[in-house]
Amino acid sequence: MLRLEKLVKTYKTGDQALKAVDLDIPEGQVLALIGPSGAGKSTLIRCINRLVEPSSGQVYLGETELTGLSSGALRRERRRMGMIFQEYALVERLTVMENVLSGRLGYVGFWRSFLRKYPQKDVDEAFRLLDRVGLLEMADKRADELSGGQRQRVGICRALIQDPALLLVDEPTASLDPKTSRQIMRLICELCKERGLAAIINIHDVALAQMFVQRVIGLRFGAIEFDGPPDALTPDVLTTIYGEEDWEATIESVDEEDLEVAE
Amino acid sequence: MPVHDWKGQKVWQLRTQRESLAHWVMWLVGVAIFAYCWQQISQATTWAFVWDAPRIAGDIWTRATPPRWEYITQLGEPIWDTLNIATMGTIISLILAVPVAFLAARNTTPSALFIRPIALLIIVSTRSINSLIWALLLIAIIGPGVFAGVIAIAIRSIGFCAKLLYEAIEEIDETQVEAITATGASRWQVMAYGIVPQILPAFAGIAVFRWDINIRESTVLGLVGAGGIGLQLSASLNILAWPQVALILLVILAAVVISEWVSAKVRGAII
Repeated sequence: MLRLEKLVKTYKTGDQALKAVDLDIPEGQVLALIGPSGAGKSTLIRCINRLVEPSSGQVYLGETELTGLSSGALRRERRRMGMIFQEYALVERLTVMENVLSGRLGYVGFWRSFLRKYPQKDVDEAFRLLDRVGLLEMADKRADELSGGQRQRVGICRALIQDPALLLVDEPTASLDPKTSRQIMRLICELCKERGLAAIINIHDVALAQMFVQRVIGLRFGAIEFDGPPDALTPDVLTTIYGEEDWEATIESVDEEDLEVAE
Repeated sequence: MPVHDWKGQKVWQLRTQRESLAHWVMWLVGVAIFAYCWQQISQATTWAFVWDAPRIAGDIWTRATPPRWEYITQLGEPIWDTLNIATMGTIISLILAVPVAFLAARNTTPSALFIRPIALLIIVSTRSINSLIWALLLIAIIGPGVFAGVIAIAIRSIGFCAKLLYEAIEEIDETQVEAITATGASRWQVMAYGIVPQILPAFAGIAVFRWDINIRESTVLGLVGAGGIGLQLSASLNILAWPQVALILLVILAAVVISEWVSAKVRGAII
């Protein structure tokens, strides 16, 4: 469904953030991207929807090659890739509803969006999504009145109303407390399952990643060091990804906490 | 920070001896320049007038009081003109300043190499010339009257508004812009959803601030014939009608105080 071929990103400063990354993600697979800060996780997902221009290599979304697209065609393809951000990236001074509907910007013309005259179908879908994430009564609130977890839910709605085939998720839980982090991760994974979406989730919290995803990719210095199921993450593997550290506690804690949160 | 040993103790001083000396010389030179300038100014001043000043000021004060209150009937229209010059001028300047600001801001300019310098030039050139001088020029071009005043205020304000606005644009949170871009929005949609909501408070603040300044500026435009209450002021000054001058100054004061109050209220409501 998504295929990266020899994807390279070299920044102007000469830093090579990605070194010929090859990756193939089948339909409906939820994948966690782990790795130390600066490993190129954010760059990788931003190269897919070209918020960062890759230096070379190809990105195939379905049959379409993205790196060579004109800006108009790129905009159409971006509609198929919903993105969720670390700091939520909601437009703070707009209402929750406007933020959710902004996910439809790629589908409606400028004046309709400017005058907030979205098609009724989109408005219905926005209400449905807000209801699904439990924020229906917040629709009229301004985004900056919400708590972190609520904002991230709005961010999820904004990504889903695009009707995407793929979710690009950049550190969804980094600004959230542990409980909310789990709720948000669970919500993202449930929604992916419901809608058959593939997702790439950048995440720092290895335990959290193991809890929810089907496949883990370990990135180090812009190259893939590990690719496998979550339970194959052994202390040795974590050492190759992150470097020397006592990993037992990190992995062990998974089971205990998971039971407690699963309710 | 020199430290040196003196009888086994570490002695600390802020400056070395050399630095202290340099400081002392600097002060000496500074005082000498001040004394010299003082002397020059003193020579160029006709001190008789200066000693006379309190008496003259007192004289004008007695002539100007009480203000000629019945003259107020003739000031209604000029002060209305003045307010209109300020308001219209501010509106026109804002309309022109918004595109200039977008062209000048580093993160929104279409070309940092060609268009941005032009936008910056517009900002600098409109800002550097006083509105009184703009009015003089415009009166020569489009004739005396309120319209010249409106245009003078408008041109003078472009640079001010555009500069503050483009600084606000450069300080926006880029992740919100990124998020809107990622939805597949067009360039104009990104502007309307990602940028405009973020700069709206700054825009409103700039608008009332400049309106407030423009009311003060437009009161003097009449001195050169560009309409408004300044016209009455210069006429009254010319015929030495001090009670009228006093009343005009009071009216201007009242207008400025009211505009200050309004803009403070509006700014308070936005922020």
